[in-house]
Amino acid sequence: MVAVWLFPLFWAVYSSLRPISDTIQRGYVSWPGTLNFDNYTTVWTQAEIPYYYLNTLVIVVPGVILTLLLASMVAFCCTQFSWKFNLIVLMLFTAGNLLPPQVIIVPLYWIYLHTPIAMLGSIDISKFSFALFSDNNLLYDQYIGIILIHVVFQTGFATFVLSNYMKTITKEITESALVDGANVLRIWWSVVLPLCRPALAAMATLLFTFMYNDFFWALILLKSSDKRPITTALNNLQGQFFVDNNLVAAGALLACIPPIIVYILLQKHFVAGLTLGSTKG
Amino acid sequence: MANTTPSLAPVRAQEASEAGALAATLLTRHDKILIVLMVGVPLTLDLLLIWGPTLASVVLSFTNWDGIGSVTGENFVGFKNYQFMLTGYTLFWPAFTHNLIWLAWLTFIATPLGMFLAVLLDREMRGTRIYQSVFFLPVVLSLVVVGFIWELQYTPTEGFINNAFGLVKSGKLIDWLGNPRINLFAVLVAASWRHIGYIMILYLAGLKSVDPSLREAARVDGATEVQTFFNVVLPVMAPINVIIVVVTAIEALRAFDIAFIINQGKNGLELLSILITNNSISEASLVGFGSAIAVILLVISLGPIILFLSRTMRTTA
Repeated sequence: MVAVWLFPLFWAVYSSLRPISDTIQRGYVSWPGTLNFDNYTTVWTQAEIPYYYLNTLVIVVPGVILTLLLASMVAFCCTQFSWKFNLIVLMLFTAGNLLPPQVIIVPLYWIYLHTPIAMLGSIDISKFSFALFSDNNLLYDQYIGIILIHVVFQTGFATFVLSNYMKTITKEITESALVDGANVLRIWWSVVLPLCRPALAAMATLLFTFMYNDFFWALILLKSSDKRPITTALNNLQGQFFVDNNLVAAGALLACIPPIIVYILLQKHFVAGLTLGSTKG
Repeated sequence: MANTTPSLAPVRAQEASEAGALAATLLTRHDKILIVLMVGVPLTLDLLLIWGPTLASVVLSFTNWDGIGSVTGENFVGFKNYQFMLTGYTLFWPAFTHNLIWLAWLTFIATPLGMFLAVLLDREMRGTRIYQSVFFLPVVLSLVVVGFIWELQYTPTEGFINNAFGLVKSGKLIDWLGNPRINLFAVLVAASWRHIGYIMILYLAGLKSVDPSLREAARVDGATEVQTFFNVVLPVMAPINVIIVVVTAIEALRAFDIAFIINQGKNGLELLSILITNNSISEASLVGFGSAIAVILLVISLGPIILFLSRTMRTTA
């Protein structure tokens, strides 16, 4: 069973290491004559993979940080204080994250085409240029637009998980801090957040993977090929650049290396993030 | 997309209100303004970009709007979009059926397999950690990559399966992804590769939280392992089972990426999610009509969403 599970991945690795000439000569299922990294070099240099990695990074890093900030604020306010609507607020966030994204895409697309955004120049890193906020005065086809929808959509999920975690923190901590004269912003940042470190680490790992793996938002809300994150870029390379299966394999594997590294290094956080709350509370 | 929420823990409104009431008296006006802002900013964004568009989809589904200019009274056409969708549009019922098959496959094949794996791996056997890691590995991959990896198995002349079974040599090629009678199932196998590991990890966490003394007691009473599972463990796991059902349903309704990667959701791989985008964004700008399909998807999704909320937000009073 384990072998069956690993086989598709193994096969992809195997294909990616074979030059296409070797495959054609000996057949697809055969012992290799030569194995090398030529397919990787080809994809890496000619398909501009590093550029698409960078695009993904520009979207994912601010996305994860902002999501954690917003979600932890909401979770903090909803669990440490009681007011009339805190249950409703939690429900809105949670349910919003469960909607299929396609349900909201049509009006969202319109919003993105009609929201004016300031252009504030760009940051240039060697041959790469990243627009600050916008380069067409819109949310559509912008990094910031993709970051925004990731943040809003995932805040729902993160709020739900973090509030489950924060419920296990006794409210006396918040109360005594209030008695000591700290304001709520300070309590959130220097008292409650440090206590939530395990949950925040778990969420960061999970959110990184969600945003890295996103295909749909970038497919619909981005147009310029030079802004595409790696997942949508890969789809575009299909047919144009990927002339043989071995190149496809190399491209697909390059795209999944970062999440696999994250998974291997932070497996504990990853699994904790997915199961957080199901065993607590 | 693996981001359906798998957590449980009922919200303890009762507790929160008791302790919270104390804290409230300590809050200054300044603090109250801060709280309003800390909740208000994210909430406004959520309402603007998630719930606003949801409602807008419902309204637009009654119009013939093409996305240009503003919606006026003349655009409203009543139930015409729905009428056409159910009777005239040849892709709707296939897509609807494919979503149902997707749901049935995940529910009756992939999810039980994931649960079964969890039960197997829950026993303290050697190498269980490694097995867990292996089964979970596909879950971290994007569905785009999963699609590509499986294309390497499925392509007619170059793929592994046809070559390994000698179908290329004998000329009896099976076009796994091109034949509309089988491609949905080929894709479902690929999707399950990811789904099973996801369910396994969720279920495993649930199993770990079952009080071991319950099983011990069942064993002392002479129950077999199968009896223990169905009569003791499964009922205790009821909350987790709800989560699993919800996660499975949501995954089936959200299915989009992998079908889109393979052939843009055509020729046997039509799905509701793909019809929405094809009608209103890519091809025709039939915004009103696409929204009607979105409403159908929304209404179906509300089932699992309400089930999830009612279970997790239930107060433990």
